[in-house]
Amino acid sequence: MKKSKFATLFLASSLLAGVLAGCGAGEEGTSSDGGDQIKIGVNLELSGPVASYGSSQNDGFNLAVEEINAAGGIDGKQIQLVTVDNKSDAAESTNAAIKLTSQDKVAAIIGPATSGNSVAQVQIANDSKTPMITPSGTSPNVTVSDNGSVNEFAFRTSFIDPFQGTVAANFATKELKLKTAAVYADNASDYAKGLAASFIEDFEAAGGTIVAEESYVAKDTDFRSTLTRIKGANPEFIFIPGYYEEVGLIVKQARELGIDVPLMGADGWDSPTIVDLAGAEALNNTFIINHYSAEDPDGKAKEFADKYNEKYGKAPNSFNALGYDTVYLLKDAIERAGSTDGTKIKDALKATDNLELVTGLYSVDENHHPVKSATILEFVDGKQVFNTKVNP
Amino acid sequence: MKKSKQFWPFIIVAVLVYVVVQVLISTGMMNQFYSNTLIFIAINIILAVSLHLVIGITGQFSIGHAGFLAVGAYISAIITMKLQLPFVVAIIVGGVVAALAGLIVGIPSLRLKGDYLAIATLGFAEIIRIVFLNIDYVGGAAGMQVSHLTTWTYAFVCLFITVLVIVNFTNSRHGIAAISVREDEIASDAMGINTTYYKVVAFAIGSFFAGVAGALYSHNFYIIQPGQFGFLKSFDILIFVVLGGLGSLSGAILSAILLTVVSTYLQGYPETRMIIYSLVLIIVMLYRPKGLMGTMEITDYFKLWRTPKGGGQHGK
Amino acid sequence: MEWIQQLINGISLGSIYALIALGYTMVYGIIKLINFAHGDVFMVGSFIGFYSITVFGLSFFPALILSMVACALFGVIIERIAYKRLRNATRIAALITAIGVSLLIEYGVIYIRGAQPEAYPDIFSNKTFSILGAQISMQSILILSVSVVLMILLQFIVHKTKTGKAMRAVSHDVDAAKLMGINVDNTISATFAIGSALAGAAGVIFGVYYTKIDPLMGVIPGLKAFVAAVLGGIGIIPGAMVGGLVLGVVETIVSALGFSLWRDAVAFIILILILIFRPSGIFGKNTREKV
Repeated sequence: MKKSKFATLFLASSLLAGVLAGCGAGEEGTSSDGGDQIKIGVNLELSGPVASYGSSQNDGFNLAVEEINAAGGIDGKQIQLVTVDNKSDAAESTNAAIKLTSQDKVAAIIGPATSGNSVAQVQIANDSKTPMITPSGTSPNVTVSDNGSVNEFAFRTSFIDPFQGTVAANFATKELKLKTAAVYADNASDYAKGLAASFIEDFEAAGGTIVAEESYVAKDTDFRSTLTRIKGANPEFIFIPGYYEEVGLIVKQARELGIDVPLMGADGWDSPTIVDLAGAEALNNTFIINHYSAEDPDGKAKEFADKYNEKYGKAPNSFNALGYDTVYLLKDAIERAGSTDGTKIKDALKATDNLELVTGLYSVDENHHPVKSATILEFVDGKQVFNTKVNP
Repeated sequence: MKKSKQFWPFIIVAVLVYVVVQVLISTGMMNQFYSNTLIFIAINIILAVSLHLVIGITGQFSIGHAGFLAVGAYISAIITMKLQLPFVVAIIVGGVVAALAGLIVGIPSLRLKGDYLAIATLGFAEIIRIVFLNIDYVGGAAGMQVSHLTTWTYAFVCLFITVLVIVNFTNSRHGIAAISVREDEIASDAMGINTTYYKVVAFAIGSFFAGVAGALYSHNFYIIQPGQFGFLKSFDILIFVVLGGLGSLSGAILSAILLTVVSTYLQGYPETRMIIYSLVLIIVMLYRPKGLMGTMEITDYFKLWRTPKGGGQHGK
Repeated sequence: MEWIQQLINGISLGSIYALIALGYTMVYGIIKLINFAHGDVFMVGSFIGFYSITVFGLSFFPALILSMVACALFGVIIERIAYKRLRNATRIAALITAIGVSLLIEYGVIYIRGAQPEAYPDIFSNKTFSILGAQISMQSILILSVSVVLMILLQFIVHKTKTGKAMRAVSHDVDAAKLMGINVDNTISATFAIGSALAGAAGVIFGVYYTKIDPLMGVIPGLKAFVAAVLGGIGIIPGAMVGGLVLGVVETIVSALGFSLWRDAVAFIILILILIFRPSGIFGKNTREKV
């Protein structure tokens, strides 16, 4: 051990330099904006803990791109997707965004699925003037930064809406005429927390009482102990904002424990998997706020469901639909911009007005939040049945 | 231990590497992708080297390094984002608080040995993560937004200091004592070495630099969430150290570089990325269970070339 | 009433941890390897059960047995390919290999079938009994009875059969066992087979009880089961059972008190306290290190 290790370091450093040189020489001129292709970057959670969200959206992207390309592309140009996996990790998401903008020089980025990973990409999008659309990044701070300024290049397809919480509170107090409620929210998502907060505020404002407020974390599987606790508080209604993967289990376990009051959730519930997870019988007397009705016999939703089923052999969930819509939202903007220039696409996205998508008519407000109407559906023997429609 | 004559060449080369990269970045010849990859490599090397001190030199099997990374990341983010203090202060305080966390974790758990220590450190790291998860001040599960302040200069200076300190520590009297703890704890105890002291010191230094890496990490990636610092992150760091060769500083550095580059290039192949990564791990461990470099350093190979007989002195 | 319900919830959760923990503890006891891939064997078992029910139309018990057999084979293959060569390598090399195997299984499954979750079909009616005001579902009773039967069977194998005797001998002293004419390789393989079969059974039971399965489902229960194994004294079979049950009940109590977000932290705090004050676990004997 007498020997100094400094030479080692020297070697390591020079190796580092070598790697650099190699990188520098490696890929030159990969970018090509012109020609007959439009490059669109995909930054998604394809591995890691929330890989199921990312791969669902990826299926939606691929279906939409396939259709658009088969129909002649955008203004005669074929869409080429450059897909990068961010391992469900914010740091990797930043790296992926940097790769897409500075290496591949994509015209726009679609994804990531979660708010955190989207936030990790926003600055890169702004700095490189590359528009990004997250299909399901529901946290307001994806498009509006902490100091209140709007992130010019960030957009989203999904609701953020405290609006949904308000709709649920009104539904519980006015339609169901209930006085007490419990809230059981996914603590890992701003979406669920936001919905829970606005529900609580509006429910109490309407004279109701919140008897229990509990939370879980996405990817939990055992909810029985907390549900038993909620049951002890005797609510007349339980509001469960969250995603179908956990909600399905929550509904099932709640019914097993003898909780038979109405349960309600938002668009995160929308997936055929929820029926498999919870069971049709357990889902009776539950309500869901959604963008559209998947059981709608005519209209875009049905058409999408058929096409999806044909390609993947299964029924679509809300992540598939949001992914599919994201591509069409971008296509519409590129067509209206008449260019693949980032700033022009951004301006066109901002001007999106009443675009007809699978998940409903879509417009953008000044904070880049979508303006969509909501539909309340009730589960009856595993089928979503139309209940009411609420406008923003 | 007197300064080696290789000290100055090392400094010169380090400065040279820094200047060349900095010029390439500021003239725009190196785009953001490469400069960011370099910063990421620098952060990973700091993590690898700091864990190398704990596992490779002192022989304490810690698999909870991501916990200290998280402490550094969160504390530094609070300092810049909430208290509006400069980034340099954030790096130092992040490191110091991580070192304190290292002491708190190390003093009780370093009485344990081998697998038990590994499990205890894993448990502590998970507890640290869950604590951040439950503090609404730092955003809970949804995470905390952090400004982008890490530059190549910050990353390189931190890397340089980390390597310098750890090399000096290893070559000092303390380092020799730490190695004796790795080789045979009972024997070194019998020789009058205060084994607990050296273990805790090594652990705290390792935690300090993990905290520094955390500060660079949080200010490079715009957002930090507790989920980023789970035990899989600890495994990633552990893999740098073991794949490079336990006890080999240059091995740790090389494998940190190699794995970061491989992982970055595989981003475009999501279906097979993790499969390739895991296969590489398994195959290296099966065919070179001591890691790519064993306990050898790169300099040893040069020695071999010059004086063929002198190579064996590092073999245990 | 609520407390009886919570206790039942806890015991059901705990018996799944216990079944997984048994495999961990047996493998650790015999080759001192923390087999991180064990949680993924559990996941594979769950998927085998799922496909044999939905695709081959088997009922619960044939699916359970098929899954156990397949997992036993799978465990032996993992051991023969990945771990056997490392028997004399450092612990850390073996641990890294185990992590590698774990990632390979997880992402191999994702590669084959995608990452989306799957819902176990309802093979038992959702009927619940009301006992003392607590709701007990058929599944809870099933989980408990299958777990208990498997644990009794395991005790029988370990204590009354020749293989069990060999296993105990090898875990006590490999070299001495070899000298006594025990085929160490086969004994280790048998250990892997039995441990993996239990994980496979746990996978099927988990699917039936919790409905949702996905390729990364094994990570957290695997880690928890490992905590349970340490809690009971790693390498000790009754310890793993008790450790699993204790962990399940404690987690449930923490959630029941309204601290569900701290549940995992409490599990790890208990782990650390046990390690510091009684490192060999609840059932372990303290051993002095020989110079």
